[in-house]
Amino acid sequence: MAARSYVSRSWLTGLLYVAPALIFIGVIVLYPFAQLVYMSMFRWNLLEGQGAFRGFGNYVRAWEDEQFWTSLWFTLKYTLVITPILLVLGYLAALLTMGRSRIQNFTRGVIFLPVVIGLGSSSILWFWLFDQQVGLFNKLLMDVGLIDNAPVWFADQNMAMLGVIISVTWKIVGLGMILFVAALQSIPNDITEAGMIDGAGYWRRVWSIMVPLTLPTITLFIIVSAVPSLLAFDQFYIMTQGGPRNQTITSVYWIYTNSFRSFRLGYGAALSVILVAMIFAMASLQILITRWKGRR
Amino acid sequence: MSIAGQTNRKRYLVTAICLFVVALMVFPLIVSLFASVKPAAEAQAVPPSYLPTSLSLESYLNFANYQAGLGVYLTNSLVVAFLTIFFCLLLAVPAGYGLARFPIPGKEFLFLLLLASLMIPYQALLTPLLLVFNKLGLQQTQVGLALIHTALQMPFSVYLMRTSFEAVPKDLEEAAMIDGCNSMEALFRIFLPAVVPGMTTVALFAFIMSWNEFIAALIFMNSESKFTIPVMLVASRTGSYGAIDWGMLQAGVIISILPCALLYVFLQKYYVSGFLNGAVK
Repeated sequence: MAARSYVSRSWLTGLLYVAPALIFIGVIVLYPFAQLVYMSMFRWNLLEGQGAFRGFGNYVRAWEDEQFWTSLWFTLKYTLVITPILLVLGYLAALLTMGRSRIQNFTRGVIFLPVVIGLGSSSILWFWLFDQQVGLFNKLLMDVGLIDNAPVWFADQNMAMLGVIISVTWKIVGLGMILFVAALQSIPNDITEAGMIDGAGYWRRVWSIMVPLTLPTITLFIIVSAVPSLLAFDQFYIMTQGGPRNQTITSVYWIYTNSFRSFRLGYGAALSVILVAMIFAMASLQILITRWKGRR
Repeated sequence: MSIAGQTNRKRYLVTAICLFVVALMVFPLIVSLFASVKPAAEAQAVPPSYLPTSLSLESYLNFANYQAGLGVYLTNSLVVAFLTIFFCLLLAVPAGYGLARFPIPGKEFLFLLLLASLMIPYQALLTPLLLVFNKLGLQQTQVGLALIHTALQMPFSVYLMRTSFEAVPKDLEEAAMIDGCNSMEALFRIFLPAVVPGMTTVALFAFIMSWNEFIAALIFMNSESKFTIPVMLVASRTGSYGAIDWGMLQAGVIISILPCALLYVFLQKYYVSGFLNGAVK
């Protein structure tokens, strides 16, 4: 009887435990989101506050804003290039370190170490390494004979993107590695042993046994690594400063410039809404893919 | 014989590749550390050298005396980080308890609401948040920034606390009920000791994220004495006279990396398992 009364009032008690977190998310995430959509319909200045109603005027403006399209395209290009690089290198790092020997454990720990470093710190670090005069990365490349002259990394769009990709890859390749190590270690031994007995060489076993069996993790990784790339800001703000000639301004960078440099809050809000819609579409796509896979 | 030879050769190959990869990964960190202990003039030298010729703490002193002084910025960062840990635990522990142990109708929907910030990137919410904070009097405060960091960390924290509470055996809870505990007493006496590893992981992730977070800190703490370490580090690049003080910059990089690197070395188990639990949903 006592136990029953405990259970019967318990859902309300439970709700009381969840309520603070819900209220918090309401105030810090959901209400600001509603406010964002509202703001996107107005002319809105940081100092003067809310201005004239513009309806979809800010969205029309985005449509006609060349820098917006350039930044969107650049962000997309960046994501499309870095995602496969992170996937392949992360997977190779996992294959290399999935064993349990001491050197493999140690290597895994070292590859994962930069993951805990801030993107800001690592970007500053690489900004220095890439410097044409004092940069030790250039010096290393020259000393081992890979290049003859120190390149100016941030002088054109492609070199700048390559530089950022090298630095970000160094920083987060360990994330994918850890995911793939866990997935690879969960493959039962007898499956790979059966492959071995059938005479499959190492790379054949990787391609025909391990990759198919870790496909769900690979899909998951592509999504969780693509979203932060689409939201990239720190690395470009710090390393390229958007240059040269505004060619490495990402979507978030352009929102930042409009909202917090030019103080066009309404327009910045419209750009933000577009970005949220894109991320939302991607996340929904992920859910659809997982559902579809689950049904098969 | 030939098989043993082959596995041996394979082991050497794996070791060699491992050592090469380790060298590549630590190269940036090691040369940065070396550059930070070079005498300041040597850190500016063109062409650069890998090793310092003599040791000097000059660059660290320069960094420590930059503008308001390192102590102020360290305090800013630490206060925000510890407030973030506090808020994360304060909200996520009860939420995880409620979701895991009570038959709340529409529970999965509430859970999804708490994960909402996964769908809405916080980078997009910074302007409206600025307006909300102006209304609440939270602009330029450490509490304000910590609240944003908490929101960022909420999905992971709630998810992890929920799974931690779900993993507590039912017998323990029944024993508590037979003893006549109410839900609050059961939480403190039975559940909390059992979910300490989960709470450690939540705190660890909250600290590292908050310590490293850049764009919100850049926008919300924009008066110079309020900077957190990453914002200060980026600001110090331009230096007082426009020219970059490379040695000071490397001292800053090392100082900004150190707390997270140490936490990672000592709490690696929590970090990696937390990452796997949180990411492989």
